[in-house]
Amino acid sequence: MSIEVRNIRKQFGSFTALDDVSLDFPTGELVALLGPSGCGKTTLLRIIAGLESADSGSVLLEGEDASHTHVRERQVGFVFQHYALFRHMSVFDNVAFGLRVKPRKERPSEAVIRKKVHELLELVQLDWLADRFPAQLSGGQRQRIALARALAVEPRVLLLDEPFGALDAKVRKELRRWLRRLHDELHITSIFVTHDQEEALEVADRVVLMDHGHVEQIGTPEEVYRHPATPFVYGFLGAVNHFHGRAEDGQVRVGEDLLHRGQDALALTLDQGAPVVAFARPHELDILPGEAGNLGVAAKISRILAFGVTARIELDGVNGSSGQHFEVELTREQVERQGLAEGQPVRLVPSRLKVFEQKGA
Amino acid sequence: MAGAATTLHWHGDHASKYESRSATREAPWVKGLILGLSLTFFAVFLLLPLVAVFVEALRKGLETYWLALVEPDALSAIKLTLITAAIALPVNLVFGVAAAWAIAKFEFRGKQLLTTLIDLPFSVSPVVAGLIYVLIFGAQGWFGPWLAEHDIRIVFAVPGIVLATVFVTFPFVARELIPLMQAQGKEEEEAAVVLGANGWQTFWHVTLPNIKWGLLYGVILCNARAMGEFGAVSVVSGHIRGQTNTMPLHVEILYNEYNFAAAFAVASVLALLALVTLVIKTWVEWKAAQAQAAIEK
Amino acid sequence: MAAQQHKVLPGFHLALGYTLVYLSLVVLIPLAAVFIKSSALSLEEFWAVVSAPRVVATYQVSFGLSLLAAAINAVFGLMLAWALVRYRFPGKKLVDALVDLPFALPTAVAGIALTALYAGNGWLGQYLEPLGIKVAFGPLGILVALVFIGLPFVVRTVQPILEDLDTELEEAAASLGAQRWQTFRLVILPILLPALLTGFALAFARAVGEYGSVIFIAGNLPFVSEITPLMIITKLEQYDYVGATAIAVVMLLISFALLLLINLLQAWTAKRTGRNR
Repeated sequence: MSIEVRNIRKQFGSFTALDDVSLDFPTGELVALLGPSGCGKTTLLRIIAGLESADSGSVLLEGEDASHTHVRERQVGFVFQHYALFRHMSVFDNVAFGLRVKPRKERPSEAVIRKKVHELLELVQLDWLADRFPAQLSGGQRQRIALARALAVEPRVLLLDEPFGALDAKVRKELRRWLRRLHDELHITSIFVTHDQEEALEVADRVVLMDHGHVEQIGTPEEVYRHPATPFVYGFLGAVNHFHGRAEDGQVRVGEDLLHRGQDALALTLDQGAPVVAFARPHELDILPGEAGNLGVAAKISRILAFGVTARIELDGVNGSSGQHFEVELTREQVERQGLAEGQPVRLVPSRLKVFEQKGA
Repeated sequence: MAGAATTLHWHGDHASKYESRSATREAPWVKGLILGLSLTFFAVFLLLPLVAVFVEALRKGLETYWLALVEPDALSAIKLTLITAAIALPVNLVFGVAAAWAIAKFEFRGKQLLTTLIDLPFSVSPVVAGLIYVLIFGAQGWFGPWLAEHDIRIVFAVPGIVLATVFVTFPFVARELIPLMQAQGKEEEEAAVVLGANGWQTFWHVTLPNIKWGLLYGVILCNARAMGEFGAVSVVSGHIRGQTNTMPLHVEILYNEYNFAAAFAVASVLALLALVTLVIKTWVEWKAAQAQAAIEK
Repeated sequence: MAAQQHKVLPGFHLALGYTLVYLSLVVLIPLAAVFIKSSALSLEEFWAVVSAPRVVATYQVSFGLSLLAAAINAVFGLMLAWALVRYRFPGKKLVDALVDLPFALPTAVAGIALTALYAGNGWLGQYLEPLGIKVAFGPLGILVALVFIGLPFVVRTVQPILEDLDTELEEAAASLGAQRWQTFRLVILPILLPALLTGFALAFARAVGEYGSVIFIAGNLPFVSEITPLMIITKLEQYDYVGATAIAVVMLLISFALLLLINLLQAWTAKRTGRNR
């Protein structure tokens, strides 16, 4: 089922959680709402579920306005961050809850409920835990039970609030893959909220990046990672180096140095002297030894971390970029070939650069 | 346990959160019904008796009211009540701190049992609490003959009143401090010891600042009970006017003599004391919540 | 109770020693006196005292009315706690603070105030008596006094649990299609139940032993409105120390049983709500 949100606004006191947000979630997709805490992503999810009501705007489920439908009638499956399992009920009773509270006319017989619950428990591969209580389960198991419980009522959409937030790193990785496989099996329209970019990029069909109650960018994981639309997205997705400088003849000047990428000048259409911030990922920077030449930004190597396949080189800016810190990823081979050493003065030259005008500077 | 169901705890008001969310609110008529019933119940059973005390006290005018309070028997009852509280309070305060220190900061066998035994006086009927001292120090009691020989009076005299009061107020401070000190753990004290502080310094500079609001809370509740105790004191007092009458006992005597205005006048002083207790109690809860919030920031 | 290893913090032996001595002197030895004193009676004599018809009648009055009062408090106390946690209304802070009034108000004061309200010429009594409802100087008066002193126990045990209740649980129930009433019955009430029962038991325990607030309003008619604690006083006034002691033993045993029950209930509350206290 498709979900649309139209011009949603939500205010908590003086804090604006959502500021005119409109989004489409096509049928059958697994979408991640990604952003830092306080960006409004959980509020949006709760509004879609009907747990929170928007100050203005509407939520359309399958084209129908559901803004005034109570959460219990919306038929959404919601998986809570801390699972919200009923601790006085066994795993079986938890999963059966949604079926047992149906109005008498719609309520399946106890035998049907039993069969259905066991099917769901098998789906989440935890049938053997049916008689346990939530307190006896591990975090990952609770998560899967919460999911089975949400699925029991055959929801039209599945909403997950930070589904892996409370788990340790190893379990989190496993569950991510498992959720992706489950989605490929069920193909139910799903939205999950996360602040973990790796999680969003790895699991989702589509990523919605949010900040301060605004949608910053929507796209496939590859699109948003490779072509960030705003400085926020650039900074939020993956490690990145910032160069603060100003526009000059279509180039970026950082202090005295020209941030130059090889021969082709940047086609900047900014006013002369406008403050800009330029982004380059660690693997998009090259290190040129020595202070010679006018190419690139001067820096000094502060540390070389060369224990993996790739080496990470940390640098401190000097002259115009002093006070800034940079990070470059090279292969170990390159490090050895260039004979880089800590304390060495070098110049940084980007192979790829994205420049944004700095607003409010 | 009984009598101390109230522990230091600030009820932050989150009602608007529940009321604004569709999943956690009731239909307006349900809300109206619950509010209506519970507040009517509150008004009839709690508010009305309180108001009645003051109205009855002033029924015959301010002068009668005043005379009832400054009459010598009333003054001596006030004095005895103050003396009793002045003894029971510090004694139980010292005990409460010692017990909480042992129970909250150390591991030993029988701890659970000890905690339960400390609660015991709360579950004993005040009348039984009075009776036990009569059985020990009364004329027919264990020490009765010996005390009579040495012309020492405990029962039907001030010491008996103090003893019975100490018994019924016994758990208040300990009850308040034990959970509080358990929750705080002992890391801070251990850090102080590692830094070279001695026992007294550790307690004074580290423990006490952490528990001061809980301590004050326990003392206030203890004081209210000490000044207001009736049943236990009634058994051991002997009701000798001007000598072994505390304020609650004085109220009883006046009431039984159909001197209602005077009885309610003295009762109104006790009711005022109760209100002051509640005000200080609320203030302490608020201060403690602030202190907690400051720590968590 | 021996210390197993070297203690880092000082004062353990002093604090524990003082606690034990003081506890023994003030509480344990005097309480033991009751049992020792009662052993002066043979088992038959003891039974004769505690099963005398007038005494048995006081048990019926004390326990019956205490149970009823605790039940009334469980219902209205839960409602009041719910209103205080869940609803906004004017004067809420005042109501919240005054809930503890029965803890702070001397019982004798409560006793005469309630009597003044419910006597035939009192504020409420003058309207109730023409209807044939006689409150003061009868069992109903005892009930009113016991409801008064028991109310805060229920409110104050339920309120914190209700405050800590994770709203996600109710939201989960609602998202699974549960009606509000179903959510209350199947999700909220089971979590509150241990605390509610604890409050009930505390109110009951307090009511059984209550004396001050009851005697003024009870009328104290043998076989009708005489409570067990008053029976002890009556025996004492007749210099029947042994008789008083025998009844005290019965009351103490019941208190201990209730104390045990309450501890079990509190452990259950802790388990049900995930609190560690």
